[in-house]
Amino acid sequence: MKKSVILGALTVAGLSAGAAAAATLDDIKARGKLNCGVTTGLVGFAAPDANGEWQGFDVGVCRAVAAAVLGDPSAVEFVPTTGKTRFTALASGEIDMLARNTTWTLSRDVDLKNEFVGVNYYDGQGFMVPKGLGVSSAKELNGATVCIQTGTTTELNLADYFRANDMEYEPVPIETNAEAQQQYLAGACDVYTTDASGLAATRATFESPGDHVILPEIISKEPLGPLVRHGDQEWGDIVRWTLNALIAAEEFGLTSANVEELASNGTDKPEVNRILGVEGTLGEMLGLESDWAVNAIAAGGNYGELFEKHIGENTPVGLARGLNAQWQDGGLMYAPPFR
Amino acid sequence: MTDHSYVRTEMLPEKAPPASEVGVIGWIRENLFSGWFNSILTILSLAFIYYILSALIPWTFQSVWNAGSLDECREIMRETWGETHGHACWAVINDRWLQLLYGFYPPYPAYPDATVADAPAEAWLPAYFRPNLTLILLFVALAPVLFGHLPRHLLIVSAIYPFLMPWLLWGGSVWVPVTIAFGFVILFGVIKYGQAVMGTLAAIIAAVGAALVWWLVLSGPVADGLYAVMPVGLPTVESREFGGFMLAVLLGVVAIGLSLPIGIVLALGRQSDLFIIKSLCVGFIETIRGVPLITLLFVASVLLNYFLPPGTDFDIIVRVMIMVTIFASAYNAEVIRGGLAALPKGQYEGADSLGLNYWQAQRLIIMPQALKISIPGIVSTFIGVFKDTTLVSIIGLLDPIGLSQGIRANQEWNGIYWELFAFIALLFFIFCFGMSRYSMWLERKLQTGHR
Repeated sequence: MKKSVILGALTVAGLSAGAAAAATLDDIKARGKLNCGVTTGLVGFAAPDANGEWQGFDVGVCRAVAAAVLGDPSAVEFVPTTGKTRFTALASGEIDMLARNTTWTLSRDVDLKNEFVGVNYYDGQGFMVPKGLGVSSAKELNGATVCIQTGTTTELNLADYFRANDMEYEPVPIETNAEAQQQYLAGACDVYTTDASGLAATRATFESPGDHVILPEIISKEPLGPLVRHGDQEWGDIVRWTLNALIAAEEFGLTSANVEELASNGTDKPEVNRILGVEGTLGEMLGLESDWAVNAIAAGGNYGELFEKHIGENTPVGLARGLNAQWQDGGLMYAPPFR
Repeated sequence: MTDHSYVRTEMLPEKAPPASEVGVIGWIRENLFSGWFNSILTILSLAFIYYILSALIPWTFQSVWNAGSLDECREIMRETWGETHGHACWAVINDRWLQLLYGFYPPYPAYPDATVADAPAEAWLPAYFRPNLTLILLFVALAPVLFGHLPRHLLIVSAIYPFLMPWLLWGGSVWVPVTIAFGFVILFGVIKYGQAVMGTLAAIIAAVGAALVWWLVLSGPVADGLYAVMPVGLPTVESREFGGFMLAVLLGVVAIGLSLPIGIVLALGRQSDLFIIKSLCVGFIETIRGVPLITLLFVASVLLNYFLPPGTDFDIIVRVMIMVTIFASAYNAEVIRGGLAALPKGQYEGADSLGLNYWQAQRLIIMPQALKISIPGIVSTFIGVFKDTTLVSIIGLLDPIGLSQGIRANQEWNGIYWELFAFIALLFFIFCFGMSRYSMWLERKLQTGHR
């Protein structure tokens, strides 16, 4: 420990920052572990269980990438990041990728020098109100007191929405989701607004969820996705195509249960065979083993399986697929061709 | 004979004081109902205490201890009391107390995947043996420092402990702490035996130089070489796995242990006549004290990352330890300076007239008195620093507060709030109250009746 401090101090003198930006893949292979930034805790997306094992939808993406790169879904070091530390942790190389329900925006992509590799959940900001309020649309919220987390995009969206609809509101600023739950239940505000997935998860914990309704209006676009830093396109490609492989796997019916078997026998669909590494050299192009996608899918299942397991309708969070359904089913999940 | 029988000829025996003036009733009359205003205040206070306790006691004791989730808790409450309001769900503590205490520290470091419930058959040490032993040894190491009447050779444990503690917690080769400790042996050896040959100043400079060369250049290869010959070591535990109350205690103990000596040096430096030393100390104290701790923590977690080259392995916990320590040092320096300023000038002059040099005077006359005066302030700083360690949750370290957020992020415990905070508060209270009682005991013991 002390040695690394001294070494760190010495390297400052010897190296200029940025010199070792490239070749993330080699670093990960040498380390034997993927450093994946996750949230410090968000229901359904990432949370440590009683044994300290991280579970969740974003965690599933980390594990899939680890499986694709190292062949082992447990070869991940989960680094909890907060909203304030996440981008610097990525930029400084403390983590190799960030899967922390981060909204893809232009400034985060361009100005903060990140590369969003795709979207794993299309979210949007919604409103929750007690049924007793007798409100059925967000348009009727004129004059309401609104619990809102400070310093987030939701705060700005809320102001925009009320101004556009010529309504007034009184904000009740709140720091964390847990605090917001308490305040909302205690009646400190009429309305709680945050991402719709968060509202669903919050409502599921109430004693009588039926007494609260989530209003139909979704007032913002919140495409959440994994990201990597600028400077290593090869690594970005690997994360992007691992995510695409999970999405394509659902489209083609590859599941954690059957993927191994299909990979050893091959199928009669050329594109599926290319994903499985039976045909073509897609893995080689990415600098990975030919069974990279098989490992990624076997880690936690395809996109649909991950969704159902962590946030789907049979879980307490109970989210419908909605925008996150496959494109044939009217959703936005659309993996580019594997060719 | 005139009849003087109305004059008493014998003394009456002393009567017991009226019941309303002594005992419980007397105490109550004197202290609680000594006038109409005080009586009203007493009744209001009692009503307030009753109001608080009548809610708090049922909440605390009519509670659910065994349940797998908040919903189960509520189910049990409904069955038992008919309602869910006003009953605590301690089941979350029952389920997660090990995590709140130790974070993700592996219970059996040799078997990283083993859990407490599923202990490996070959593991012969109890779960969490290493952190527990570290804590027990901490008290053994502190005892001779805190209590003067204990045998002095216990101080050997205190001297070894700073090298033992990181090794026990982080693991790795035993030769790393041994070689680092050997650097201190070099340092003191050169000073002790070099003084006669080349004079004090030259000996100190030579000693620091030799020690630095040893630590920076030689100790690493020597430790590796020794490990190759004699591979003694413990399984390594990554800093990322540290968490919970253990992390708070670790940060608190390091900051408290290092900030007192650094604070003393800074306080003396601030009073020094040497311009450069004085300016450096004043600059350091004012800069660090003028910045909120959370800013320093962000510097540790975020800003340093930008300055250090990517891939540098500068442990986040060590970075935070350094920041918390310098923060506490700056505060301690000012508290001790207050103690120094409170000493009458005669004490300094007395020391001079005895022919003591600067360090002798400080050690024998000034510091014992100044530190005695500063005890309440110093302990207050310590308690503050210990509680401030919870701020690390903001930079993503999983101390108890950070973990409570992680625990709530599990669907089964989402929505639970007060129970977690009550448990964390209890843990902190035990430590802070202990420190406070010790400082009061120490003040009484050192009371020499000057004021």
